Amino acid sequence: MGSIIERMHPQTLRFTALLAVLFLVILFFGTQIDNYYNARLFNRISTSVAIIALLAAAQALVVLTRNIDLSVGSIVGATAFLVGHLLANNPGMSPILAVLIALAAGGLLGAVNGVLVAYGQVPAIIVTLGTLAIYRSMLVQFSGAKSITTNTLPDWLLEMPRTDVLSFGNLDLRLTVVITLGVVIALHIFLMRFRLGRKFYAVGSNPEAAVVAGIDSQKVVFLAFVMCGALSGLAGFMFLAKFGNITVVAGLGLELKSVAAVVVGGTNIFGGRGTVIGVLIGAILVDLIDTSLVRWDLISEFWRDGMLGLLILLAVGADAVLMQHLEKIRQQKAQLKHARLMKAKIRPNRAEV
Amino acid sequence: MPSSSKLAGALRSYFGGWELFLLAILIVTIIANAAISPFFLTIGNQINLFQLSIEKIIVALIMTLIIINGEIDLSVASMMGLAAVTFGWGFQQGFPMPIVIALVFLVGLAGGAFNAFWITKVGIPSLVVTLAMLIGFRGLARVLVEDRGITDFPEWFDALGQQPILGPFPLSILIFFALLIILIVVLQFSGFGRKVYVIGNNKDVAAFSGINVGRVKAILFMAAGVISALAGLLYAARVGAVRGDVALGFELDIITMVLLGGVSIFGGSGSLFGALLSILIVLNLRNGMALANVTGHVQTGVIGMLLILSVLLPNIRAYFGNLYAGRKRLKQRDGKRA
Repeated sequence: MGSIIERMHPQTLRFTALLAVLFLVILFFGTQIDNYYNARLFNRISTSVAIIALLAAAQALVVLTRNIDLSVGSIVGATAFLVGHLLANNPGMSPILAVLIALAAGGLLGAVNGVLVAYGQVPAIIVTLGTLAIYRSMLVQFSGAKSITTNTLPDWLLEMPRTDVLSFGNLDLRLTVVITLGVVIALHIFLMRFRLGRKFYAVGSNPEAAVVAGIDSQKVVFLAFVMCGALSGLAGFMFLAKFGNITVVAGLGLELKSVAAVVVGGTNIFGGRGTVIGVLIGAILVDLIDTSLVRWDLISEFWRDGMLGLLILLAVGADAVLMQHLEKIRQQKAQLKHARLMKAKIRPNRAEV
Repeated sequence: MPSSSKLAGALRSYFGGWELFLLAILIVTIIANAAISPFFLTIGNQINLFQLSIEKIIVALIMTLIIINGEIDLSVASMMGLAAVTFGWGFQQGFPMPIVIALVFLVGLAGGAFNAFWITKVGIPSLVVTLAMLIGFRGLARVLVEDRGITDFPEWFDALGQQPILGPFPLSILIFFALLIILIVVLQFSGFGRKVYVIGNNKDVAAFSGINVGRVKAILFMAAGVISALAGLLYAARVGAVRGDVALGFELDIITMVLLGGVSIFGGSGSLFGALLSILIVLNLRNGMALANVTGHVQTGVIGMLLILSVLLPNIRAYFGNLYAGRKRLKQRDGKRA
């Protein structure tokens, strides 16, 4: 067992540990809550995780490049309101156009962040702390403190969260879930297999080295923010479809949830390490605990936030301790191996002689 | 800024260019506000302007030290909420007041120590630890009072937050200025303060020079816990009621004030003087906008814009400065050739 752990790539190990924790959490709640394993659990968790997982994947793109985007919650609110407003005034608008508008609006807001961070050389935490407030105040101004209500929206939009792509018995795979899964898989392939995707990691793990290696790191960071904004716009569209009623506080606080999912999902907050698949599992874990605690009779549902905070700490703390330990073992092994090699060179095996 | 003027030059070398810039903004804001409303410069309005955000600016002082130290504490607002709620809970249980207040400070100290443990012993970035505790402390606060509100505190307690106790000043403003002076002495004139800067500049170098980095950080985070608890108490006294969502989202305002004051988010530079100026700017700007009937969300938007510009403008200036210097060098070289 020990040797398997030592031989595994840290990223694989992290991912396996995360899956194990997810499995244990599901087992644990199964013993605590009557009738826990049913189709409704799957349906409920998968639909509620669709939005936060999408946002977390978007956030992960930025975090990988050693930045952070605190404005995603405001982008979700602003795009949800914008698209809702347009749909309410032009009920005949095609669904594709509505999604494209959401992507474009989000991408534009993300581009503002990107220009300021990449070309203005302002730290991401400052820029996005500022735009968090600015985008929200734009939303307040634009809406005139009115809200979007369900009855003004076209039927296809309200049907969307309930549309199934596939059904196995009572298990429904909803359209929003499929979209999120598709985006996550596409992002994973992009980050793992594409030249541009690898540059995200290069810039995040060592910005100076990336520049020396000829990578246009400003372009990469800019792109990360644009992609993050566009995906947040898509999440805003899903938010609109799911809730229907959009007020000026829509999406408030989602930025912290997305960062939490990214961190629990094993992405290093200082960039360069992590996978979007891990982030997806992190988002599922966070949301599963959130949803299940409500149904757990033993403790009041007000414990939810307290437990969530502790979970994040434990996940990251276990990761940090494990990685430090592993690093030490690996170094010792390498030294031993080196020493053995040196010995072998000096005194060759007798059988060979 | 005209470097030809001797006075400006002297001021600049003393405070640094950034603080002068802030001072100019502050003066412009005050003049504009005074022109808009005749009530702006009255003592009543000035005290009111402080009192409305007094909890935030008290916490901003210790946040300045933490950010100079190269760390960040996102959990302060949740700690304020937890402290206020602990006070309300203890009061409701019928404990004697001194014990309740001692309990509140103990909660603050314990929360700060908890943060410090994960940051210094386990080695997790403070951004992650305090993000988790932003959620965690708020969760504990909600556990304590669920969705009730607690009110009807003793009259003397409410009076502490609402009535002036020395001249026209209420207790919270006196605490703010006392803390300001103490922290200026600690940060700018003590060995501990130098350590805070050195660690913020380069943690590894500081450790190799024999500074106990973990201890300095632990002290700062515990101080942040205690001061946030104090701010939570003041909030409870000023408003006269507590709920689970006390001080929700204050962390962003607090960090904005500190960063606008020229404190580098990467640590190692900045001063309490700059933070004080930026606090005054934010307070005056918000007050002026409120007098001009601008809504709260838009006020926050304007502050956000100011925050970005405060870093962006010097960068742009440096960029064009370099461009200009480069052209000048080229011209000189061409001149020599010709």
